[in-house]
Amino acid sequence: MSRVETVLLPELDGPVPATLPSALGLLSLALGVGALVAPGPVARMTGVDDSPAARAVLPAVGARELANAAGLLSGRRPAGWAWARVAGDAADLTLLGRALADRHGARRRRVALTTLAIAGINAVVVLAAVRIGRARRARARVIRMEIAVTVNRSPAEAYRFWRDVENLPRFMAHLESVRADDLRRSHWIARGPAGHRVEWDAEIIDDQPNKSITWRSLPGTRVPNAGRVRFAPAPGDRGTEVRVELRYAPPAGALGRAVAKLFGEEPEQQVRDDLRRFKQVLETGEVVRSEGSPSGISVRQQAMQRPAQPLPASRR
Amino acid sequence: MKATAWMGTDSVKVIDVPDPKIMNARDAIVRISTTAICGSDLHLYHGYIPAMRKGDILGHEFMGEVVEVGPEVRNLKLGDRVVVPFPIACGHCSSCQRGLYSVCENSNPNAGIAEKIMGHSPAGIFGYSHLLGGYAGGQAEYARVPFADIGPVKVPDEVTDDQAVMLADVFPTGYMGAEMCDIKPGQVIAVWGAGPVGLFAAASARLLGAERVIVIDRFGYRLRLVEEHVGAETINYEEADVLDTLNEMTAGRGPDACIDAVGLESHHGNPAMYAYDRAKQATRIETERPFALRQAILACRSGGVVSVVGAYGGFIDKFPMGAFMNRSLIMRTGQCHVQRYTRPLLERIQRGEIDPSFIVSHRMPLRDAPKGYKIFQKKQDDCTKVLLKV
Repeated sequence: MSRVETVLLPELDGPVPATLPSALGLLSLALGVGALVAPGPVARMTGVDDSPAARAVLPAVGARELANAAGLLSGRRPAGWAWARVAGDAADLTLLGRALADRHGARRRRVALTTLAIAGINAVVVLAAVRIGRARRARARVIRMEIAVTVNRSPAEAYRFWRDVENLPRFMAHLESVRADDLRRSHWIARGPAGHRVEWDAEIIDDQPNKSITWRSLPGTRVPNAGRVRFAPAPGDRGTEVRVELRYAPPAGALGRAVAKLFGEEPEQQVRDDLRRFKQVLETGEVVRSEGSPSGISVRQQAMQRPAQPLPASRR
Repeated sequence: MKATAWMGTDSVKVIDVPDPKIMNARDAIVRISTTAICGSDLHLYHGYIPAMRKGDILGHEFMGEVVEVGPEVRNLKLGDRVVVPFPIACGHCSSCQRGLYSVCENSNPNAGIAEKIMGHSPAGIFGYSHLLGGYAGGQAEYARVPFADIGPVKVPDEVTDDQAVMLADVFPTGYMGAEMCDIKPGQVIAVWGAGPVGLFAAASARLLGAERVIVIDRFGYRLRLVEEHVGAETINYEEADVLDTLNEMTAGRGPDACIDAVGLESHHGNPAMYAYDRAKQATRIETERPFALRQAILACRSGGVVSVVGAYGGFIDKFPMGAFMNRSLIMRTGQCHVQRYTRPLLERIQRGEIDPSFIVSHRMPLRDAPKGYKIFQKKQDDCTKVLLKV
């Protein structure tokens, strides 16, 4: 696992999605073992000890709970197992509903209490399944990339330019500005379509002079992101290999769509273009412009070239 | 200003466009005095180079007077008379620093598209499609010249426009074609194509000490230029079998090096062979007609060099890889690294070793550019090179 993977994005790696399936799994395990090992006491407790069918059904219910427990505790497809558990509980509630109709007195009260308990548990499981699913989808949305470029400058020069985070908008096209608050913290503003702006605070969490810089957004941002750039001498005295790893999690909904537009349909291509501009700025002093691409390298501009003739005065 | 614009296949027009302005600190603006139509402009004219847009200003061979410089240009001053190399090169990337200016790593703002087609991006070129940068060209009254601190070369008064403008492309391109042959005393060099690049490749092969130079073409007036101005031998491929004739001339060895100065729109003496590739090209099954290249490979002596300076854009079929591999051939190629050659070749002109204006057949005002394209395309009126005077 690369280092950036271990850089925490609290919104994605928080304890909730990791522990919730296990808690549900343990509950299933307890219920399953009880129903299998002691069907008699369980039948009495739930008020269905008068039915011969119940004695046959209870071990089956226990076996189902055990299978569910195994699935939930395995950690794979937790949302699927949670929903399977919801389905199992729904079947139990159906059986209990029929049992309730047939019984009177103390038995009826016990069946009613059991029904209430199962319904309560089921409500918790439904909520948990929804949360697990949401976390899984958020994780699926996380975009990870690793892109490299060779720059004909020393690692120290490349590092120095990047370390001054206020330089970043000079080559990262989607950024409007980055303000360094102190040596570690900075405030980033990205430009989106239709005036959408996305802002966040970031901090440098690891800084190896002339070698690497690792940063991440601070907790609470709407677009959690983290990155690392490494600078290594290119073999054969050809400058520096600059390798960037990025990870960001666009939110769902309108903001997510805005962020997706920000990065376009080819986020990797955009970062590649950023690195090309980084190379241009370091090697030639600025972003190179042509009449067809007057704002320099950009995927969008490549697709929608203006004719290669000087710009009218209004566009300068 | 007036500028020559590509309006679609087989269509150019002189149109009014805004004057260029400085866009980068290392830019200069040049008021053009002389500009030329290149054989490779005909590839654009014929629609064989992808990513052209209606209204693109053409022209990558031009010279003129510096009228404006960006704040980072310290080597030029207003009024300097300069010739501008056709590849746009930053001078600071590792390709430029190794002298490989035409594969500058920074000068193509559309490198992303070029990479998808070519694997890696070459340099940007003036007026040569959006694949190669989307730069406005120089068949115009003015041009913006990026990296003006690297490319343009001052032209001394005693060198005429007609001589100096050849340094933008065709003379260095022909020269590099000959230089890549690594010519040793006693060697025989064959050149396919007696257009401007072929003529300069042949002349350069002589300058570099070739024993014999043989030029292959089908136009009598061009072959006469070869004989009268270059002092080389000729083969008219419509009258003689090229491979037989070359074998006979070299006693069965084949030329030591073969220069393809034709490129992607070559012609074949056999109508059936021509029709085969022409049909595939027309239906875009292949993008090039590589007859000259195939023949150069078959003709070359074993262990010899095939030097390709004719322009190619895409893919070719029926590449004789068996001959190429089994006979230990070497291929060297590239868009010319003009910046490497401008000063040494300017010195050769000043020393009187060569007068490159011998190839010029037509001079006309910029407004006649469409006519210039037409007669160059049709090889009318013994057309070899058209200069446009601004």
